[in-house]
Amino acid sequence: MGVVARPIRQPVRMRGRSYVAFVFSPVVPIIEWLEEIDATLAQSPGFFVGKPVVLDLSAVDLSQSAIAQLVESLQQRNIRILGIEGVDGDRLSPVMPPLLVGGRRCMLAKNEPKKAEARSKPTSLLLDSQVRSGQSIVFPDGDVTVVGSVSSGAEIVAGGSIHIYGTLRGRAMAGINGNSTARIYCQKIEAELLAIDGYYRTAEEIDANLCDRPSQVWLDGNVVQITPLN
Amino acid sequence: MAKVLVVTSGKGGVGKTTSTAALGATLAQMGQKVVVVDFDVGLRNLDLVLGAERRVVFDFINVVQGIANLSQALIRDKRLDNLWLLPASQTRDKDALTEEGVSKIIAELRTRFDWIVCDSPAGIERGATLAMRYADEAVIITNPEVSSVRDSDRIIGMLDSKTVKAEQGGRVEKHLLITRFDAARAARGEMLNIDDVLEILGIPLLGIIPESQDVLRASNVGSPVTLNDASSAPARAYVDAARRLIGETVPMIVPAPRKGLMDRLLGRRAA
Repeated sequence: MGVVARPIRQPVRMRGRSYVAFVFSPVVPIIEWLEEIDATLAQSPGFFVGKPVVLDLSAVDLSQSAIAQLVESLQQRNIRILGIEGVDGDRLSPVMPPLLVGGRRCMLAKNEPKKAEARSKPTSLLLDSQVRSGQSIVFPDGDVTVVGSVSSGAEIVAGGSIHIYGTLRGRAMAGINGNSTARIYCQKIEAELLAIDGYYRTAEEIDANLCDRPSQVWLDGNVVQITPLN
Repeated sequence: MAKVLVVTSGKGGVGKTTSTAALGATLAQMGQKVVVVDFDVGLRNLDLVLGAERRVVFDFINVVQGIANLSQALIRDKRLDNLWLLPASQTRDKDALTEEGVSKIIAELRTRFDWIVCDSPAGIERGATLAMRYADEAVIITNPEVSSVRDSDRIIGMLDSKTVKAEQGGRVEKHLLITRFDAARAARGEMLNIDDVLEILGIPLLGIIPESQDVLRASNVGSPVTLNDASSAPARAYVDAARRLIGETVPMIVPAPRKGLMDRLLGRRAA
């Protein structure tokens, strides 16, 4: 008879751990109570997803089939029941969630929706110096203001309007995200290209008479118009 | 304290090398200890303009690679004891320049000289960006014509963003030097006038160098224009510019159109 080496048995380790669960306490009539659950779900559809839910039946007296139906209708709403309490054990069938006892009240950490980011994105961009040839300023979120000139070969691209307190010698493209009410303002206009919402006008098509004075550029239907200010 | 000055322009052929030599020589004549550094690797010219081309043994790239030390590569000018040249390599190209190499050499030059004048190559690529990388001040060379002005504008934008000083939140002090200015042609509207250039570029004017045959004559004999003929108009303009560079106040003289003999005989006026 040979000796068979047996692996030493590790004792199964058990650990206790407690969790916080939502407790549903249905009241009669169950139909109306379910409607309220539906209303909550309509407001925030994902509210119960992935959260443990316990059904407390102490306030109602339900038969085994009624309990089965209730669990079933909650399941249809994507609410999975972890356990049931406040009911006799023999009313539960083996396929139902297990009976829980000894639950204690606790405060639920309120899970308020996070406030919209405290600092919202700025909606304008201010440039304090001249924009040089080769520089490209792209700001799709709003207006761009330049305190200085925009050189030949430079470009300003803005989702909103463009304000230039100097001479515009480069390219200015306003309202790039389909904002046809965007405008371009400048002290002197010697632009290479003006565009609003995709409609553009090149240097050749800009009236030389408008050059030496403050002007605004706006979109009239699908024609880029340049009119002097004051 | 040592100052690193870059002479740059964007566009080629506007007078960077001529101006580097002239300003470097004038600063040296004023008693400053000056080194002019050629960054135009592969197309070096500064040694020719300074008449040192027959004395080049080691160059910038040799020093970067550790083949020679800085003292071996520096060439002392024969006319001015205070003027030194660090030549570029003619056999290599700009890719041989590395940021660490340039940084190391500039740092070492700072300990030995009052002024480190860097002659930038044309363009906005590696050579030009490394020439301006460690600059404290910049002289932007511009001819009074639109393409040169636009390229200078681009370079000014780079000086404000790509230099170590700008990245640390500082500001490279910029000076505009208008070269090859022809008063008669500007008066006739064939060239931009000074006010136009200043308005477009928006940086302080360091000087106006008139167009002159003296510049070509000087570089042909391998001499900075200020040494070749100190009384010539461009030489005087460069001396004034160098004096402004070290902080002196010198009145700015805008060259007036000179009438030719025929103009005078016929009583013509520049229109």
